[in-house]
Amino acid sequence: MELTRRDAVAALAGLGVVGAGAGAVVLDDRDAGPDGVDTAVLVAAAEVLYPSELTGVGEFVERFAAGRTREDAHREGLAAATAAVDEAARNWYDAPYPELDAETRDSVLRELGADTAEPDPDGGRAERVRYYVVNELLYALYASPVGGRLAGIENPIGHPGGTTSYRQGPTEG
Amino acid sequence: MSDVCVVGSGPAGALVADRLASAGHDVTVLEAGPRFDGDRTARMERFIRPGDDRPVWDVGGERDAYTTGGRGYPLNAARVKGVGGSTLHWQGMVMRLHESDFRRRSRDGYGADWPIGYDDLRPYYAAAERALGVAGAADNPFAPPREEPFPMPAFPPSYSDSLFAPACERLGLTTHSVPNARNSESRDGASACVGYGTCRPVCPSGAKYTAERHVDSAAAAGATLVTEAPVQRLETDERGQRVTRAVYVHEGAERTLTADRFVLAAGGVETPRLLLLSANDHHPDGLANGSGLVGRYFTEHLFAGAGGRLGEPTRQNHVGFNTTECHGFYDDPGRGTEGTAGGIPASDADLAPMKLELLNYAGPSPVGVALESEQWGDALLERIRGAYGDHVAMGALVEQTPRPENRVTLDPEVTDDHGNPVPRVEWSLDERTRRTIERANEIQHAVLEELGADVQWTVGPDTSGPAYHHMGTTRMSRDPSAGVVDADCRCHGLDNCWIASSSVFPTGGAMNPTLTIAALALRVADSVAATL
Repeated sequence: MELTRRDAVAALAGLGVVGAGAGAVVLDDRDAGPDGVDTAVLVAAAEVLYPSELTGVGEFVERFAAGRTREDAHREGLAAATAAVDEAARNWYDAPYPELDAETRDSVLRELGADTAEPDPDGGRAERVRYYVVNELLYALYASPVGGRLAGIENPIGHPGGTTSYRQGPTEG
Repeated sequence: MSDVCVVGSGPAGALVADRLASAGHDVTVLEAGPRFDGDRTARMERFIRPGDDRPVWDVGGERDAYTTGGRGYPLNAARVKGVGGSTLHWQGMVMRLHESDFRRRSRDGYGADWPIGYDDLRPYYAAAERALGVAGAADNPFAPPREEPFPMPAFPPSYSDSLFAPACERLGLTTHSVPNARNSESRDGASACVGYGTCRPVCPSGAKYTAERHVDSAAAAGATLVTEAPVQRLETDERGQRVTRAVYVHEGAERTLTADRFVLAAGGVETPRLLLLSANDHHPDGLANGSGLVGRYFTEHLFAGAGGRLGEPTRQNHVGFNTTECHGFYDDPGRGTEGTAGGIPASDADLAPMKLELLNYAGPSPVGVALESEQWGDALLERIRGAYGDHVAMGALVEQTPRPENRVTLDPEVTDDHGNPVPRVEWSLDERTRRTIERANEIQHAVLEELGADVQWTVGPDTSGPAYHHMGTTRMSRDPSAGVVDADCRCHGLDNCWIASSSVFPTGGAMNPTLTIAALALRVADSVAATL
């Protein structure tokens, strides 16, 4: 299944960035990535965090990250956590995180402890990487229709997908 | 001086303020908490994502300190302080009480009769349904009589409901729609429901009713709203018969508001607390407490539930509200049923009212599984596919028998951010309530088994929790020795002070209380207006 720019916009809709909700803004091509956030690290992490049947992860994550500028504290947390992942890659594997092969990128996240750490935006490195990198990207996917469809739900919690799908059977969705 | 001072801006205070301000009266509302402005998707994200420990509506800390005893009561999970009050985090289910609920003592031999009946509230129920914008249908054969259609069409049944329906029918259970204070179509500039699925605790679209609507309407009609203005005490005149001033704190300084009339609408815990904090020479045990009942009879609704897995897709967690219930055991919880596949056995036990719910949010959601998982990539997706998709569940609300030992008092050992004793909530369950929870479980298990589900969990008497409905602590009675307020919700012993809250309920029934709170609030407004 190919992820598209539209999927990223749909993911952002659940975060009040596009579409419904007070304070919504329109995302367009001029939006850049959030200041200080290494989007390439997010893309590289998403490629191991997301199911292998998804393609187009890069554009999805880039568009999603571009919309995640709502709170300064969140942007700063994203920036620090992506920097921590990249620093670990350079220290342990002598290369920027995005340049590592997928198996090693997976390993870096586990060596950081992000698989077992409790997510905590104010915690130690493992907790912050879990919160700002792993869970940020999993939230982007699984609280949006494209991730929901992988699991059999077109309108997952957190997404304003309307009031039709809840009435439909599995073959109608 | 204001004509009317309203303490609290939840649904009761908001509706009183709006009705009186719209009639031209000078109204001031004092709200302990803030107005929550801005985008609510961030609050939704707080709720969905683990790790952000900030409460969705900022409840907690020294401001909201409390103590509890008995079974223990999770007070700060059960309330919101701010414009809109607990409607900010409520589910939005709005049923009328049954006629039987007003006659519990004379009909069933326990609790207390209300000093008013269903017919007294009936026009106010209709007005409350219009005010809250209720989406409903007249398909409930167990509901009390009504004339008017609901303001909006009901939300249609879910796919999951359609799986339950034949099983219920085979057991002789009749199901029906659920009245929701949630827009099934856009109304008065507010969005129709768009299906975020997080109604409780936050609706980012504004489709779910919150009392902010009536606070705004009151303000547009000229009412003054003072937020972050917790009332510390009420003061009375030299004879102790009239409340003259509300003393509150705002922007770090103690201030006073004088008014001709006072309406207390601070919920079932803070309202009795304020009366107790206002003790003076004329009222040494607290205002309106000649009966000694202020704070007593703290009553809740108990949740009973059961669920499991069906082994086929059930399409859960698309929306955060329910669309089908069964009120067939409300007036006669022990009745038996007969269907083509047997039925529910009758019970001659002494039971309380209950209502049964078919849940549309059974089991985990994919994002919930993902954010807690130690796996990712393909392994995570496989885990999500294994965890999501075939869950079913039923819930129930059960009436709790009112008992004086369940009560709100002041705890002198602990003080809040202004040095006032905090509320202490004593709360435990009686045997009738426990039996009724077990009865609800019996029915739930029968339905789930008839459906073909593998029942995997049950919330019974020992694991049940409260539905966050605070009732009974300033109960209504014509007899000043048996209640805190009279049939008009005016405080016994105080000429100019009313209470608009579920705290006046002598018994709680088993219906979600907010529609009755709203109906009583509109009735209080009329009672106040008649004296102005």
